[in-house]
Amino acid sequence: MSAGASSWSFHEEDSHRIHAILGEFLREANARSGLIVDRTGQMVAMVGEAPEFDPTAFASLTAADFSANDQLARMIGEPEFGSLFHQGEKESMYLADVARRVILVVLFDNRTTLGLVKLRVKTAVHQLNQVFLDMFNRSGTTQPQVETGFVGDAEDELDKLFGA
Amino acid sequence: MSMINYASREINCKLVYYGPGLGGKTTNLEYVFNKVAPGARGKLISLATETERTLFFDFLPVDLGTIRGFKTRFHLYTVPGQVYYNASRKLILKGVDGVVFVADSQVERMEANIEAMQNLYDNMAQHGYNLTTIPFVIQYNKRDLPNAATVKELQAALNPGWPVDDPARQRPTPDPYHEGEFLVEQVDGQWIERATHFEAVAMNGDGVFDTLKAVSKLVLKTLGS
Repeated sequence: MSAGASSWSFHEEDSHRIHAILGEFLREANARSGLIVDRTGQMVAMVGEAPEFDPTAFASLTAADFSANDQLARMIGEPEFGSLFHQGEKESMYLADVARRVILVVLFDNRTTLGLVKLRVKTAVHQLNQVFLDMFNRSGTTQPQVETGFVGDAEDELDKLFGA
Repeated sequence: MSMINYASREINCKLVYYGPGLGGKTTNLEYVFNKVAPGARGKLISLATETERTLFFDFLPVDLGTIRGFKTRFHLYTVPGQVYYNASRKLILKGVDGVVFVADSQVERMEANIEAMQNLYDNMAQHGYNLTTIPFVIQYNKRDLPNAATVKELQAALNPGWPVDDPARQRPTPDPYHEGEFLVEQVDGQWIERATHFEAVAMNGDGVFDTLKAVSKLVLKTLGS
């Protein structure tokens, strides 16, 4: 296996748990969408109103944003900034660390307030921490794998896309 | 390998282009962006300074399509080449699945190449990753310039090889991309392994897809092993 990235896999039941937690949070906080992005810049889950932007680009920028701020925190003597808030005129976003491996992004507008989002997000983050810790513990013991034949088929697609 | 998302049936792999400043990392991504069908790639995001030097990273997602039920995607990143952006260079390596080192072939840039290579090893080590065991490809760019060093000189300086300690791997392994050359071979009684290398002129696209395809295939192999 690759010695680079730490591997983990994300299953249907994980998705159900996350949807349940975020669904309730979005209702209580009156926020628009909740996104889970992993720290390497990959979108893991999206709940609530489907955003109009490109989620892939959004995820990579979110991870970069959070990582850059993590380093800034260390420079001023803090172990981390557990959460970040970006305020816009109408749309705002609140980012919170989950289990040191993924980021919860809450998108909200003028229909709610930062105070309410912050109040409700604590419970959601606490519950999500547990879900992800379970997930990482499980992934630590088994290497997720693709089915036989996947690599060959993917190589064929590569040749098609980039020229044989 | 980073993550298989069974819920959304997606596999995403992260490739990072590393190397000295003005070596052609962003040019590689721009060429891929311009040549791959728009349906198979996303937007090219560049966090650059006003003078178009990469400040944080460039990012380009490329879709392989749905393979055996999984939407398979490569995320291509570049890092800033300039040394004083090292903090952001390091951040981009987080979760990397494959690395392309883009070297500037010009003789005058040899020292910058060596410095960037050393910095890559250091930054990988700080994340706990080992460059000798993850998919890694070297691209010698700007081969068209009159002041380009020979590939032999570049190989000696940047890709001298690392020791192979596992007896099972101590056997001559031909380089699939260079006839008569070996990726694993015995040199002065010691078994060593080198990264695959490609010659390129990224400005006009020569070698760009060869490099990308090679590193992508190495990453795919790690998914199946």
